[in-house]
Amino acid sequence: MAKTGTDLVKRGMAEMQKGGVIMDVVNAEQAKIAEEAGAVAVMALERVPSDIRAAGGVARMADPTIVEEVVNAVSIPVMAKARIGHIVEARVLESMGVDYIDESEVLTPADEQYHLNKREFTVPFVCGSRDLGEAARRIGEGASMLRTKGEPGTGNIVEAVRHMRMVQSQVRKLLSMDLDEVMTFAKELGAPYEVLLQIREAGKLPVVNFAAGGVATPADAALMMQLGADGVFVGSGIFKSDNPAKFAKAIVEATTHYQDYKLIAELSKGLGTPMKGIDIASLSPENRMQERGW
Amino acid sequence: MKIGVLALQGAVAEHARSVEAVGAEAVLVKRVEQLDELDGLILPGGESTAMRRLIDRYDFLEPLRAFGTSGKPIFGTCAGMILLAKEINNQQTNHLGLMDVKVERNAFGRQVDSFETDLPIKGVADDFPAVFIRAPYILEAGPGVEVLSEDTGRIVAARDRHYLATAFHPELTDDRRLIAYFHDMVEEAAKANV
Repeated sequence: MAKTGTDLVKRGMAEMQKGGVIMDVVNAEQAKIAEEAGAVAVMALERVPSDIRAAGGVARMADPTIVEEVVNAVSIPVMAKARIGHIVEARVLESMGVDYIDESEVLTPADEQYHLNKREFTVPFVCGSRDLGEAARRIGEGASMLRTKGEPGTGNIVEAVRHMRMVQSQVRKLLSMDLDEVMTFAKELGAPYEVLLQIREAGKLPVVNFAAGGVATPADAALMMQLGADGVFVGSGIFKSDNPAKFAKAIVEATTHYQDYKLIAELSKGLGTPMKGIDIASLSPENRMQERGW
Repeated sequence: MKIGVLALQGAVAEHARSVEAVGAEAVLVKRVEQLDELDGLILPGGESTAMRRLIDRYDFLEPLRAFGTSGKPIFGTCAGMILLAKEINNQQTNHLGLMDVKVERNAFGRQVDSFETDLPIKGVADDFPAVFIRAPYILEAGPGVEVLSEDTGRIVAARDRHYLATAFHPELTDDRRLIAYFHDMVEEAAKANV
């Protein structure tokens, strides 16, 4: 009869977020500002990525008090991050009624070999990917939603662009190649063969793929939509800006009307100073969060 | 027939595909002027609060109401049902307020409680695959409202004159019987208006 936690229900939840903006928040007050601005969901965190980057040390799941506070403050869905491979953090968040879990490279990995077996959970998961191989492995493990990894907390869109373009072009290649060639392509990508066959059958990824990691302006959000993102995650950008409410609204509108350049020009006026941003080349490999995940 | 899908946020592409699958033309509606060319309109699933912000921002509210009161059919799914409802439980205000029902938001619980099940829908199917995602349901239906389907005693599909609403998401499956039913409503309304 009634079945919970099915692929349709988990992936469908992410379909409902399409064309929308998911915002990082660290308390109830920020969550309310995000909801009021038109966010489709909030990500409850202890610290936004740029602060995690600045603080250093081990970054873990947020204090459940913060998650609970945010869950009680808004009627839109609440997401939260668990460390890669941390089964218990994920189970704790699921038990608290979190609507979506991000198995996230923004936090320090708990397992350097294995991601979570996400099929075992009723709650759906979103995972980061830089290419089709990573995307297909995460789908194989049961992720119901994908996002680019980008380079979180930098305010620099370049990595998110690279990852979105990479996945899109590899999907196009997969769709146009002869069936005889798919197994070798799977080997090259490190992708599960069956997932690639599913993508060929559907003509697209079986789950939505959002942009994340470095979105700092309304134009960045619109750029990612134009490159084929289904929606946008904004982390440090909003609540590090001078006027978060105005900034949040501007990102939401730019995401909806990503091809209306006059509107984006209007939205971008007088937003104050965006995050300073970090040149990716200045980050040593061990400081690149995107290298985390296997 | 031209059937629009309000494309401010949500599962827009899925509805557009289902509209085309039953032989109508799908229009992604992002601007108020586009409403003029339509015979019917779908309010998709998504986040009702996010959609409302964008509706207000682009002055869609009155044009959408006028579209409904002119007699053109509107089909709301999930968040779309909340937009259509005359009353929302524990809220002072409604959105379009076109359909004589009182709804409860996130009424089945959080995402872990989201589910799929087969339901009978009056005049449509005996076994319709219904996907509920953080879904609302109808607490009270006015005297003129025809209840089309219930799940464990809760109203999840209903029709009030030329307004149709479901708490679940027919666009997420390949079953086209419900969209075909709405397509018939649109054709009848277009004939009556000629």
